[in-house]
Amino acid sequence: MANRPASPAHSDDGALNRREFLRLTTIAGSGLTIGLVFGSAGCSRSEGPVAQRTLVSPFIRISPDNKVTVISKHLEMGQGIHTGLCAIVAEELDAAWSQIEVEDAPVQVPLYANLFMDPQGRMQVTGGSMSTANSWEQLRKAGATVRAMLVRAAAEQWAVPVDEITASDGVLSHGASKRSAPFGAFASEAARVPIPERVEVKSPANFKLIGKEVLPRVDSRAKSTGRERYGMDVMLPNMMTALVTRSPRFGGKVKSFDKEAVMALPGVVDVVEISNAVAIVAQSTWQAMQARKTLMVEWDDSGAESRSSPEIFAEYRRLGAGKDAATVAKAGDIEAAFSRCSKTLIAEFEFPYLAHAMMEPLNAVVKLSPDRCEIWTGSQFQSNDRLAAAEAAGLEPEQVVINTLAAGGSFGRRGAPDYIVEAVSIAKATAGKFPIRMLWTREDDIQNSRYRPMNYHSIRAGLDTRGALVAFRQRIVGQSLLAGTPLDWMVQGGVDPTAVSGHAFEQYDIPNAEITWTQANAGVPVQFWRSVQHSHMAFSAEVIIDELAELSGHDPLAFRQSLLGERTRQREVLRLVAEKSQWNQPLTKRDGKRGRGLALHEAFGTVVAQVAEVTVTGELVRVDRVVCVVDCGIAVTPDIVRAQMESGIVFGLSAALFGKITLTDGVVDQSNYGDYPVLRMADMPRIEVHIVPSANAPSGAGEPGTPPIAPAVANAVRAATGIRIRQLPIDLATARKS
Amino acid sequence: MAFTIRVNGTTREVSVDPETPLLWVLRDELRLTGTKFGCGMAMCGACTVHMDGQAVRSCMLPVSYATGEIVTIEGLAGAAAAAIQKAWIDSSVPQCGYCQSGQIMSATALLQKTPQPSDSDIDSAMTGNICRCGTYQRIRSAIHSAVESLRKRPVPK
Repeated sequence: MANRPASPAHSDDGALNRREFLRLTTIAGSGLTIGLVFGSAGCSRSEGPVAQRTLVSPFIRISPDNKVTVISKHLEMGQGIHTGLCAIVAEELDAAWSQIEVEDAPVQVPLYANLFMDPQGRMQVTGGSMSTANSWEQLRKAGATVRAMLVRAAAEQWAVPVDEITASDGVLSHGASKRSAPFGAFASEAARVPIPERVEVKSPANFKLIGKEVLPRVDSRAKSTGRERYGMDVMLPNMMTALVTRSPRFGGKVKSFDKEAVMALPGVVDVVEISNAVAIVAQSTWQAMQARKTLMVEWDDSGAESRSSPEIFAEYRRLGAGKDAATVAKAGDIEAAFSRCSKTLIAEFEFPYLAHAMMEPLNAVVKLSPDRCEIWTGSQFQSNDRLAAAEAAGLEPEQVVINTLAAGGSFGRRGAPDYIVEAVSIAKATAGKFPIRMLWTREDDIQNSRYRPMNYHSIRAGLDTRGALVAFRQRIVGQSLLAGTPLDWMVQGGVDPTAVSGHAFEQYDIPNAEITWTQANAGVPVQFWRSVQHSHMAFSAEVIIDELAELSGHDPLAFRQSLLGERTRQREVLRLVAEKSQWNQPLTKRDGKRGRGLALHEAFGTVVAQVAEVTVTGELVRVDRVVCVVDCGIAVTPDIVRAQMESGIVFGLSAALFGKITLTDGVVDQSNYGDYPVLRMADMPRIEVHIVPSANAPSGAGEPGTPPIAPAVANAVRAATGIRIRQLPIDLATARKS
Repeated sequence: MAFTIRVNGTTREVSVDPETPLLWVLRDELRLTGTKFGCGMAMCGACTVHMDGQAVRSCMLPVSYATGEIVTIEGLAGAAAAAIQKAWIDSSVPQCGYCQSGQIMSATALLQKTPQPSDSDIDSAMTGNICRCGTYQRIRSAIHSAVESLRKRPVPK
């Protein structure tokens, strides 16, 4: 195959496209029927009026009226993946950007599986910043395949050789005979053409859309006019709205509840018990909210988490000092190395639980009948959501239909099916009498949700007489994200990779190292949170590396450069961030203490460096400017990559400055944006993003912007004030004392 | 209880409890779902609409107090609105988009009152609108673009 970009080895996409092809037949006047046909050499063809047949592949549909619809297996949750996938298809297809539309794929594996998440193709899921990466070759081939079929159809119709046909901007042309026609004119004929075995994708030198500085997002208009439809906006006839009351403590169970009192309230149609919770079903949202205020539930919290945060941290510290730990990584002879060190640094870090607090509170609409369950929601893990819904409904997975809508932010929260199971359970408990729209309030979201795990790190690092980093030991204590979930198989050797990767030994060349992990147990449900383990691992790594630089008497950037070994991408990223941040020039003076801090981190295949400039006045930390350099391989949609870096920085900065979920006697202390503050317009630094030019296959952009910002800011605060930050969120009053 | 409210230039009649926040009347009774629910405590701005030209948080405005001319995202019109929405699209402001109806309503109210806002004016007007996707920098530059395009447009003679 000519011009294939470098990428990890996995299944042959050419064979996949050929085997699995959708054929679509229109029946005059009565809408569309989708027939899924798997053929090999002898593909069966749907019958139907030729003029009305539409050309369809699993990822692309071209209609006779010249619309090109890209079918996205990935959820659009703000990260811009719909636009990115459209750009890849439109490029190889040589379509016009103006004729492109996008729709979300139905649930179907392995057809719509995330090719990188699970090699067996069982998971239709968006996450791990791998949507573009896993779709890159797949959609390039899909676009090129459909283009070849259109060209063949045109050649046959015009009775000219295939290689005399050109395609550009959605138009096929035969220069010699001055004939041209739009794609749509050949859609029907192309549907009858044999699917080519091999197709060539473009050389990146010929890209017209991919890598283009600004490609208009496919969703900007709808989202700027109130027309984008989210789960809560779905209106079905006779639909009821449900809210759920859960125990204030995680793991609490329903003992009893007073149904009668609530049934008497205006608009209430039912009060039902679902798993460990009670749901109120009412005619309108407000009526459900009012009714929930009066609902009295007695909880059995005997099995619930009842500790307060200080107790849990104390337990984590105790585990961190103990011997019970699984080895994450090991190299050299750590004890011998420490005995030779002339300077050592010892540090303990504490990280709180964090909420996702995405703008759209969780919700789902469910329509349940005896043999079918239809769901509308911003589904992030469709294959798993379908299985969980089927189990809750007492149906087969094939009887569950999920309509994936836009999600109002997820940051990993929608990777759990809990909210969908709640909605389906309510529909089942009300015998499918009416469609159910179940929604969470902001209080539910902050107090009764799933969180980025609390973590404790203990690090000991040593420099030799020349000031080189020669020994690094780290203990990590935190809950496992994967144990007991469908992704349990990823836990290897007692280590959950989503709890520990991102440590300094992985990011730098350190000759002697020992990284260990102890799984902590707490009753608080945990969940993937933007950048997952990197959200805490990068903090301790980059703060310690920075302090080691200071201890060794070296510039923080030069110190990092000395540890990079063969990491050429990191070297270039650091070089560029130094240039773009004017690293060697003094900061302009302002009222308050000014400081500049650096962090470098590789996550999800992408390398990011950030320099933060801060001004500290008393206890107040103000971040003035962030310079961000990113190497994510080919930037398919550069403006969206920039937007994702801005987004990741704001998300991480919010957590660094404000984010903490704490418990008192097992009950979450916070409840809404008032006591779980997040970054607002007035707090916003100036962010400058620079993308390193690359010919590598695309890697991720959704999460990698988040890990470096907290350590960059902490390092800047230390540069400004000398204060070492060991806990997040940054609290100078506390940090000064310790 | 029956209420008459003016929404997007039309008189609408609804029958709800007087304490029902305008947000839920708009969404559940009038099926105008462009205005969003984010917090229910007037802290996030997702529910922002205009009443008599002012940006108000509809999640905490009981319908019995919604006695003025209400404009929602669906009914937004006029030069300032058009400039704002065009700037939003041209600058690719929205990411998940959920906060953007509220952002646009706040930004439009700002420009209708203050055609040449300073960055400090923008901070004050917009800091009530949370964006978890972090589009603040683009919102600010889109507001400046809109101001510029309004400034340059031909004045009718």
